[in-house]
Amino acid sequence: MADLLKLESVHTHIGRYHILQGVDFSIKKNELTMLLGRNGAGKTTCLRTIMGLWRASAGRIELDGKDLAKLATPDIAGLGIGYVPESMGIFASLTVRENLLLAARSGPLDQARLDWIFRYFEALKRFWHLPAGLLSGGQKQMLSISRAIVEPRQLILIDEPTKGLAPSIIQNLIEAFAELKKTGATILMVEQNFHAARSLGDSVAVMDAGRIVHRGRMAALAADEQLQARLLGLSLESHQ
Amino acid sequence: MKEARFDFVPVALLAAVALAALALIGTPSTWVTLTVAGLAMGLLIFIMASGLTLVFGLMDVMNFAHGLFIALGAYVAASVMKAMGGTLAGLGPAMLAAIAAAGLLGLAFERIIIKPVYGQHLKQILITTGGMIVAEQLIHVIWGPDLLPLQRPEALRGAFLLGDVALEKYRLASVAVGLAVFAALALTLNRTRLGLLIRAGVENSEMVEALGYRVRRLFVGVFVAGSALAGLGGAMWGMYQEAVTVAIGAQMMVLIFIVIIIGGLGSVTGCFVGAILVGLVANYTGYLAPKVALGSNILLMVIILLWRPQGLYPVGKS
Amino acid sequence: MIRTLLSGDLPRSRILSVLLIAIFVSLAAAPYLFPGTRSLDVAARVCVFILLVASYDLLLGYTGIVSFAHTMFFGIGGYGVGIAIARLEAGWGAIGAGVLAALALSAVLSFVIGLFSLRVRAIFFAMITLAVASFFAILASQLSDLTGGEDGLTFRVPELLRVRTNAYYLVFGVSTVLFLLLLRVVNSPFGRVLLAIRENEFRAEALGYRTVTYRTLASCLGALVATVAGALYALWLRYTGPNTTLDFSIMIDILLMVVIGGMGTMYGAVIGATLFVIAQNYLQDVMKLISDGAKGWPLLPDLFHPDRWLLWLGVLFVLSIYYFPRGIVGQLRSLLPGQLRRGR
Repeated sequence: MADLLKLESVHTHIGRYHILQGVDFSIKKNELTMLLGRNGAGKTTCLRTIMGLWRASAGRIELDGKDLAKLATPDIAGLGIGYVPESMGIFASLTVRENLLLAARSGPLDQARLDWIFRYFEALKRFWHLPAGLLSGGQKQMLSISRAIVEPRQLILIDEPTKGLAPSIIQNLIEAFAELKKTGATILMVEQNFHAARSLGDSVAVMDAGRIVHRGRMAALAADEQLQARLLGLSLESHQ
Repeated sequence: MKEARFDFVPVALLAAVALAALALIGTPSTWVTLTVAGLAMGLLIFIMASGLTLVFGLMDVMNFAHGLFIALGAYVAASVMKAMGGTLAGLGPAMLAAIAAAGLLGLAFERIIIKPVYGQHLKQILITTGGMIVAEQLIHVIWGPDLLPLQRPEALRGAFLLGDVALEKYRLASVAVGLAVFAALALTLNRTRLGLLIRAGVENSEMVEALGYRVRRLFVGVFVAGSALAGLGGAMWGMYQEAVTVAIGAQMMVLIFIVIIIGGLGSVTGCFVGAILVGLVANYTGYLAPKVALGSNILLMVIILLWRPQGLYPVGKS
Repeated sequence: MIRTLLSGDLPRSRILSVLLIAIFVSLAAAPYLFPGTRSLDVAARVCVFILLVASYDLLLGYTGIVSFAHTMFFGIGGYGVGIAIARLEAGWGAIGAGVLAALALSAVLSFVIGLFSLRVRAIFFAMITLAVASFFAILASQLSDLTGGEDGLTFRVPELLRVRTNAYYLVFGVSTVLFLLLLRVVNSPFGRVLLAIRENEFRAEALGYRTVTYRTLASCLGALVATVAGALYALWLRYTGPNTTLDFSIMIDILLMVVIGGMGTMYGAVIGATLFVIAQNYLQDVMKLISDGAKGWPLLPDLFHPDRWLLWLGVLFVLSIYYFPRGIVGQLRSLLPGQLRRGR
């Protein structure tokens, strides 16, 4: 399988803080890569740097031969990269419909995709004409994810989608992601919830102190408790 | 199904103020005159202030030199009207020239003065104040320090008589234009993609960028539109006063700040309701308690802030 | 000895030191160096404005608060003295009572405003101070029984102050003492915390400093000094009114002086105020020369018309913010790279 995105020696400074200290990894097409690591390892910074929200101070981020590190965020998004931030980034005063409309830059909403979204995120249909601020946490997350898939995207970046959500909602999301994967989407996901990580991840990259310290298949990591303990400080099993 | 209900309380407040004034004033004809005057004044302020509140809501930029666009609009309109002999035919070109001049100045201002200080509030306040000083002086240079007359064209002078009540033609025209501007803004914001972008940008401009839109261009566009509106407002206000001085900009700034604070920084609806409230209160107190009148707006602001510290229609920022 | 007097805050630039000494000596010996009513008046104004601008620098340069209400405190001082003398007899008792009352009022107002400044964003705060200042100016012009309305109050001063030289030395003396006091404050631990708060409020809070307390105190102190400056000015002019104290143009002037002189340096106030007052009084003559000389050229005579002196200062102001954020003082200090500079 081909590489879609490749990060080479990426450094990011935020003010005086050197967060990403030479990140090297690549993402293959049509699979879900999990980005794991302790708090503060730089996972969110990594996603934001790819998205151009924070400038890389050094290194290359290659997508289809273009260096994203040199582009502005709107241009990066224009290349077909969807972003689901940790804070969800929902526009509370806009309706659910308007939120999705905004995300569909190239014109009207595609009915087939909407049907897909409504099938897994039924609440969005109910709140279609209501301000998104009225949605619950889980529903907002659904909206945020839907925005990322309302149009075809080359790559979807998702930051901790299950954070702070009830187990039933998390299950709902996992099912939706699993279905999404079947459509051939390429996803880079940051997750702390191991159950979700293990169910969805094909490849895994582990970050520590601003660098990638492990790269490999999720199945291999899930089977090796000693490796888990070494990389993440504790057995992922208990980190539910 | 839950409904997203429009908050009618501030509108009810407006009605309450108007009714209370009616009770206090007694004579309906006086009340009508004052109310029309208040509406006219309020809507003109709305035209001038709407740009500023939107710019602040979207770009987090407070342009203390906004009064400049008002003054420029007034001066340009005065010059054009004079050149066209003060006729009704000159009204259109005068207003258009005011809008264009203010818009152009706005473009220049945004590129040269504001852009370098995005996000640095302290510098913004200082620089825009400085820009205002310089530009005010330049207006003096170009147009001279004297008062410039700005006569209303013949067709807009005088009043319609409705029984006991004299309804000044110009005031009615101001109300009409003000309502038209509000309608246009409301339609743009709520029914167009551009409006969608602006509303989303006011909440979270970073996310709008992440969705692929060039927010910078949006900023400049809104800034220019806001300046152009200020120019129109200034021209119309100058015509309301029938005279234009450089101080016109600075005089309005305090009122405009009060209006946008009352309305809620970033809210056009709030600006609309707030402006009408300010206009009405100023006119009612001017009649009922002249001594208090000048300070009435500030007192009004304090009262509203005690009730709703974020203004009548707060804009939620992520 | 000089070190202690200046609380360790040395000019740190040879040119600056020379300038400061020159200004100090000129002001100290003004009645003898520059006889004549106009020059003495200029000198007295310089003293008053140095103090006023220094008090504003405490707020803007050291605490990072932009307030447009500073002229209000200036006015309170002036009106305090004016009203007291008008009501009571023209004696030192009246002056004392007036000043104390003014200080009390300023303390209360600045306390409230200071607290308010912390609850809201800087821009919101700036706008509100504008509204408050304007309200106060309206009050002053409307309560004409008390304040003399638009015309203000003219009053008599005690015998001693009727001799111009004595009055001058009162103004000069008090200004100098209070300026040195301000230097002491900004170089004390309190002052250092203010700087820390201005740089990074979040971190200052995290370090355990209650920013509320510090900013409110700084706000009050600035207001109190401005009030004294107002009282001095009123005693000098033997008049107080909305034009001399509350006009928004004075607020603009203060901003110009503090930014051009150099924010956050205190000495910036000295340089800025001196430059400004001198320009206000003498630049116009120079400009007239240029304007007359440029007759016949388009626009030029108007650009250099003596009334347009504010234009050039305004341009200087805008340029300062972009290119010389530390003002004249900062520029002078940076001319000597080898010396230790206090970092921003």
